[in-house]
Amino acid sequence: MSLSRRKKHLAAIAGAAVFSLTLAACSSSGDTTATDGASGDTSAPAGDITLTVATFNDFGYTDALLQEYMDSHPGVTVVQNKAATSNDARTNYFAKLGSGGLADVEAIEVDWLPEVMQYSDLLVDLSDPSVDGRWLDWKTAAATDADGRLIGYGTDIGPEAICYDGAKFEAAGMSSDPADVAAMLEGGWDTYYSVGEDYVAATGQPWFDGAGATYQGVVNQIEAAYEDPATGEVIAADNPDVKAAYDSVTAASADLSAHLSQWSDDWFAALGSSGFATMLCPGWMLGVIQGAAPDTTTWQVADVFPGGGGNWGGSYLTVPASGANTDAAKELAAWLTAPEQQLKALAAAGTFPSQVGSLSEESALNEAFAAPGADGTPSKAVYFNSDTLGTIFSNRANAITVSPYKGEFYFQINDAMQQALTRVEDGSMSASESWDQFIADVNAVG
Amino acid sequence: MTFRQRLGRWDVKYSPYAYIAPFFIVFGITGLFPILYTAYISLQDWDLVRNSGTYIGFEHFTWVLQDREFWLSLRNTFSIFVLSSVPQVIVATVIAVLLDQNLRAKTFWRMGVLLPYVVAPVAVALIFSNMYGDKFGLVNTFLGDVGIDPILWHTDVLPSHIAIATMVNFRWTGYNALILLAAMQAVPRDLHEAAAIDGANAVRRFFSVTLPSIRPTMVFVIITSTIGGLQIFDEPRMYDSTGTGGANHQWETITMYLYNTGWGKFNFGRAAAVAWILFIIIVGISLFNNWITTRLVAGDKPAQRSSRKKVSR
Repeated sequence: MSLSRRKKHLAAIAGAAVFSLTLAACSSSGDTTATDGASGDTSAPAGDITLTVATFNDFGYTDALLQEYMDSHPGVTVVQNKAATSNDARTNYFAKLGSGGLADVEAIEVDWLPEVMQYSDLLVDLSDPSVDGRWLDWKTAAATDADGRLIGYGTDIGPEAICYDGAKFEAAGMSSDPADVAAMLEGGWDTYYSVGEDYVAATGQPWFDGAGATYQGVVNQIEAAYEDPATGEVIAADNPDVKAAYDSVTAASADLSAHLSQWSDDWFAALGSSGFATMLCPGWMLGVIQGAAPDTTTWQVADVFPGGGGNWGGSYLTVPASGANTDAAKELAAWLTAPEQQLKALAAAGTFPSQVGSLSEESALNEAFAAPGADGTPSKAVYFNSDTLGTIFSNRANAITVSPYKGEFYFQINDAMQQALTRVEDGSMSASESWDQFIADVNAVG
Repeated sequence: MTFRQRLGRWDVKYSPYAYIAPFFIVFGITGLFPILYTAYISLQDWDLVRNSGTYIGFEHFTWVLQDREFWLSLRNTFSIFVLSSVPQVIVATVIAVLLDQNLRAKTFWRMGVLLPYVVAPVAVALIFSNMYGDKFGLVNTFLGDVGIDPILWHTDVLPSHIAIATMVNFRWTGYNALILLAAMQAVPRDLHEAAAIDGANAVRRFFSVTLPSIRPTMVFVIITSTIGGLQIFDEPRMYDSTGTGGANHQWETITMYLYNTGWGKFNFGRAAAVAWILFIIIVGISLFNNWITTRLVAGDKPAQRSSRKKVSR
């Protein structure tokens, strides 16, 4: 009796104590087979190699696209491993970055780029005269380390426009024409909020989805919000810009917000039932809206964004230095991120190009948005009642001027801020109490 | 002594150890080593990627013990544990009694009770978090129809714990009911008959015959649900889209705190310290359980077993 009981305890104890380590072990032993084929093959004759590309969600790299590369590069086999989510990819990336076992070409997301930058010495320097000027300047700047090494080739970006519900605008006695809406909202955040107040006064309905999503648009226009770019020191608690952004967003959301936290079940449901009139809308959000509300026909896109331009999201391709064929991998990454390939990816998966060359190809961009979904769903152009989505997002991309500095702690501090905003939105704390809690959280960072 | 003899002697002497060795080798690799390695990492400022760290003593432990989030997550863990385990054991017992009656289509009912256990926890969490939506959820829509104000499932502490406890109960009640049912069926029917002849009604028979007879099984059920309750992770993590336990840490449990510290903030040294604190808590509670159990089953404790020492040779 006593022995078996003790064994049970040990099992429980072991289970609890090794929790995090088991996760680490799992991810470091998983899906290495394809990679091993490449990195273990050092004796293979040059030109007869297998390259692995690890992506997540959907980068739009179809089998046909990869086949095209293999046809033009005899002796090279390209295999793509797709992780389900960006978070899975992040876990895998950091578990193997030091010890080896990553794919030859690894995709990373801008959200965890600051964390990757700390380990830029473990990645291949991809800077090359042939790709100079290929991307928007701020896109390249974010992936260049202090020594001037470029560690990632830009794939897509998330230039932000405003999505709105045309039917709701008409019900409030406003024009629902995209050009009129753009003209009406042209200006800073104050304009966006004051039009919202008119709307709320007319209808009694919420203007935007939530404080968190709106704040994200504001903070991405602040050059250095949370950390000092020169020293890396955390300045979030003392930065007047951050406090001002917090104050303005919480003040506006008291009357204008539907108080929904982004990606919650309620938020998705509200997209379908038109729970709010407008939302900040990066290019990839179009797919999210269409997916959550396939039967709604009233969503439209206006070529405008408060305060000019803003970027939300986007990815890069990196080449880990531990790979066996880093030169070939670099060549592949450069090819995949060339403007022509990115346009194909846009058509396949809606990933909006970060390449200057693609942004000027307006007709090609518009065409890509007019391509119907693989499963027969209507195209974005049909769903959002617009033939010029490509032009709109290209304009939005060119309007982006600020490249916000994101350091080692950006993610954690922004998380604490999002939680602070949620606490105000759900009424569990007043704006000032929640700010104090945010300050306490920021002081605990590090 | 010839070699053969010596071989035979070694066989008798050492073979038993060889036979039980596989368990201990596997345990050493998957259990003991990680525990010790976690202890080592918890004293370091650890960098996962470069796989190295600098020694900083017990700094992580003092930091964690002063962290408001840690105490909140401890509170949440115990609250969810009580809200799930207590009703679960009571309801499971009632269901087991009902299944113990002479029902038609016995197997059908028993399988039905076990069905929720087969559903993947993540699927359960998805379904329930949809039901418990604050604005468009099934439960609040129903409450609204009856004229009750909507409950803020993702804002208020207790409602969020109740919602999560519901998921846990949904999954585990039937499983525990079947274990208790098995124990009940082993109770000799003569006892029930004798009690009935003595004039005891069904309720009296349950408390005086059934319950004392299934006490060891009951203890087992309580211990397993305690351990499960302290390690609860899937359900609260899937409860909202961020998986971090709420804006004000309303439903962040201690295993989530551990996960968020490690994989969210990439602070593995501190996560290892949390793991060790959790380890100590579980050891403590297991000892407490042990003490309670010996009290509870003291009545039917078997006679000395230690006399079976030294069987070999």
